[in-house]
Amino acid sequence: MTEHEQFAEDLALYALNALEGDERATLEKHLTTCSACRLELEQLRSDGALLALSTMGPKPPARARQRLLDAVAKEAGHPSVAPRRSWWGALGWAATAAVILFAASLWKENSALTRDLATWRSVASQEQLELENVQKVARAITDPEVERFTVVAMKTPPQPQGKAFYLRNRSSLVFVANNMPSLPPHKAYELWLVPAQGVPVAAGVFKPDAHGSATVVNPPLPAGIEAKGFAITVENEAGVEHSTQPVMMIGTGE
Amino acid sequence: MKSGDQSALAELYDRYSSVVYAVALRVLGDTGAAEDVLQEVFLQLWRNPGAFDSARGSLGAWLAVITRNRAIDALRRRKPETDIEDVIVSVAPDLAGNADRSRAAEKVRGVLGTMPAVQRTALEMAYFEGMSHSEIASKTGEPLGTIKTRIRSGLIALRKAFEK
Repeated sequence: MTEHEQFAEDLALYALNALEGDERATLEKHLTTCSACRLELEQLRSDGALLALSTMGPKPPARARQRLLDAVAKEAGHPSVAPRRSWWGALGWAATAAVILFAASLWKENSALTRDLATWRSVASQEQLELENVQKVARAITDPEVERFTVVAMKTPPQPQGKAFYLRNRSSLVFVANNMPSLPPHKAYELWLVPAQGVPVAAGVFKPDAHGSATVVNPPLPAGIEAKGFAITVENEAGVEHSTQPVMMIGTGE
Repeated sequence: MKSGDQSALAELYDRYSSVVYAVALRVLGDTGAAEDVLQEVFLQLWRNPGAFDSARGSLGAWLAVITRNRAIDALRRRKPETDIEDVIVSVAPDLAGNADRSRAAEKVRGVLGTMPAVQRTALEMAYFEGMSHSEIASKTGEPLGTIKTRIRSGLIALRKAFEK
């Protein structure tokens, strides 16, 4: 058995936290230098997650829900994060949860081969950046100055629908879509901000999950564009800067 | 006091509490302990919503893995082993809906059912009882190498069942 085949089996155990002792230390050392093994580890953890995800059982007792909400209400009085009161305290969590909920319905294609675990780890360690992103998103949804746009398909049902929450003064955009038809491989939807003047601006590429839901969160946008509306086209999955495709969905402000 | 915050958390709870509780109960076998883990997992999410971002996969899968890890730690009375922010579950589908989960559970049962019993046992001992490979080997009387092979091919079998 080659060294790498040996690591393959140890990886499976490691993915389940079942590897110990010297073998664990050896594998951990190997992982620092082998991105192929890091990727496989990620995959094996996901395989293990299938065991967890598909566990069925009784529902939790009804009282657990209120117990949680009571505990949270107590904690909300003493936030452990020191936020600015203006938006994080009362509304930030609602917005974050909304984004989490929508983001949670994303189906990720198996593109593990294109990811580098080390990259994710370095991102993971940047807690402050994450918190800032969450804060931006929270603002985007809850700020009273947020303009809301709904885009709808121009054809008859099933009705794809999207909602864009755009905060112009922070160039912050959260877009949520439902009932989007699935796409052939290598194709994706692209979101466009249609300005009051000038050509549409690329605002993110997305693919719907198995339920037709998708989210775009804070794509890079030029500062302070006034949006007349938003539109969606179908492009190759890398997206384009300028579209030549017909508009599939379009909408203006509410 | 009902604020936007609480109803948002309640929404996440309503969507994902079943899978979190089911995993905790499966590992701990005790409803009180499972309920405690359920609380801890959601409180942790409440305190640190930035710990999860969609680049890391589906929230349901992430919560299921966090729950399993926390429950194992509680079962074995040890300190948490992995930082939750290191958990990346990139390819598992999000199975929040009960219909989805039933279908997935059936598929998993199907895969486990066609496995040799010794393989299924090894996988479950590692996953739901948090046993180390040497503990499994000594409990089953099988060689270490055999346990390793079984667990790896068990995970691959699950993977294949969910690939398109």
